[in-house]
Amino acid sequence: MSVGTHAIDIRTSPHIKGQLTTDTIMLHVVYALLPVTAFAVFVFGLSALLMILVTTGTCVLTEHLLCKLSRKQTTVGDYSAVITGLLLALCLPPAFPLWMAVVGGVVSIGLGKALFGGLGMNPFNPALVGRAFLQAAFPVAITTWAPAFWPKVWSIERFTSIMLPTVSLPFMRPESVAAFIQGVSLDGLSGATPLAKMKFEHQATPLIDLFVGMTAGSAGEASAFLIILGGIYLCARKMMNWRVPVSILVTASLVSGAFYLSDPQAYPTPMFMLFSGGLMLGAVFMASDMVGSPMTPLGIWIYGALIGAVTVLIRLKGGLPEGTMYAILLGNACTPLIDNLTQPRIFGARKKAVKQ
Amino acid sequence: MSESSSNRNLQVFLNGIWKENPVFVQVLGMCPTLAVTNSVRNAIAMGISTMFVLVMSSMLVAMVRKVVPKQVRIATYILIISTFVTIVDYLIKAVSIPVYKALGPFIALIVVNCIILGRAEAFASKNTVYRSVLDAVGMGVGFCIALLCLGGVRELLGSGSFLGVPIFGPYFEPWVIFLLPSGGFFTLGAWLLVFSLLKERKARRAAQEQSA
Repeated sequence: MSVGTHAIDIRTSPHIKGQLTTDTIMLHVVYALLPVTAFAVFVFGLSALLMILVTTGTCVLTEHLLCKLSRKQTTVGDYSAVITGLLLALCLPPAFPLWMAVVGGVVSIGLGKALFGGLGMNPFNPALVGRAFLQAAFPVAITTWAPAFWPKVWSIERFTSIMLPTVSLPFMRPESVAAFIQGVSLDGLSGATPLAKMKFEHQATPLIDLFVGMTAGSAGEASAFLIILGGIYLCARKMMNWRVPVSILVTASLVSGAFYLSDPQAYPTPMFMLFSGGLMLGAVFMASDMVGSPMTPLGIWIYGALIGAVTVLIRLKGGLPEGTMYAILLGNACTPLIDNLTQPRIFGARKKAVKQ
Repeated sequence: MSESSSNRNLQVFLNGIWKENPVFVQVLGMCPTLAVTNSVRNAIAMGISTMFVLVMSSMLVAMVRKVVPKQVRIATYILIISTFVTIVDYLIKAVSIPVYKALGPFIALIVVNCIILGRAEAFASKNTVYRSVLDAVGMGVGFCIALLCLGGVRELLGSGSFLGVPIFGPYFEPWVIFLLPSGGFFTLGAWLLVFSLLKERKARRAAQEQSA
């Protein structure tokens, strides 16, 4: 309050504060995401790099402008917008048109976070809100996957040339550029994701490729290894609740294991389920979002089980090859309910009293 | 005396367009507002048919307001409204089959549009025929404007055209979400945001002027 006077400072609890602030935690999440991001750039080249820069820039800028607009102090400094931008880029296809990525960034921060009142008030993971919007708005562009390691693993070409859809003119289809620059064709750009191959062609991808990250897919979902590494780092530093990813992955393997045992010909193995698509990225970095996940340990197990089971059900029984995004959004939506149902018994209170 | 009453009548008319806009202020009649505004053509057709039903039924309700027993008034209103909805239903079918198909069940659902029943109960049953018609026209115009606002945005972004005329050229990438129901919610939310921002700004200005 009044600085410089010698009055006794009286405050309400807590009197002892930990060192961990929002900014520190967010910064460490960024650190944990950096290897995944770097690998995405290595696998998909210049286009992925541009997209990561564009979404991160858009998210930070949107956050700043909206804070200004609502006459609040800018909250760019807490790094949460950076994380949203990175995660959004990592769950989009690598050759996604940049102007659509800008739309996604604005929707993520504006609709997913600012309209609910900023960080801590958003019921859904902002990056996934942005992606869900893009999925509904541009269903073709968001399922156009670029091949990994194009044209060869150690080729410089990937870093000197941009994939054409990346630079499509604002509000225009990707072909608009091909028409703009006469005589350029768009072939050589199709990479089916392991999940799409599984769903539509019944063709499994070798597990080691999935683990190391040799496959087509969203920019950040390539390497399960680096994602797990980032997750272990955050859990070891107690900046993430280990129950979230563990419960999701355990449930997903149990449910898909049941499917696999019922008919090994028709359904993929649980290991394939765990390491393909966005499940690993979603379980480690998106579902564990502190705002959107329940508070109690039991609640987290229920939340994780819900996400894992819904993901597998959408993948195996739904119309889409991938269901992690919708599963996590559903989990986020159920969080307040789960929190309500799993409140711990108040110390000294009887069971009946709590129920009423 | 006569001037102030005509002023008041003008106020009744303008209320529906701005101050008590059925969609943006009262948030009534959401079903047609969200369901059929994915193109400007549908929005216009729905706006005009709703306005017709609104004006005619308000007039009739105001005419019979003194002879209808209180206990059966709602049933009477519904009967009056559904008569005019049936007329509209046949009219649209006769004028344009594509519009009829695009609007589908939502023509019949005008019967349960809460704007119409709301105006009948809240205004027409208590006011003269002349004022009731004025109120109904104001509300109808306000509803039409709101539907056009939604339909315009949704058609522009969702199919890159206005009234079916392409605007952005052949390479436009449509935002499919704006043709889906979720896009209707987003657009409505955005317009409500715009209107509340305008209102807040106006209130702040008024407060400043008063204090100055």
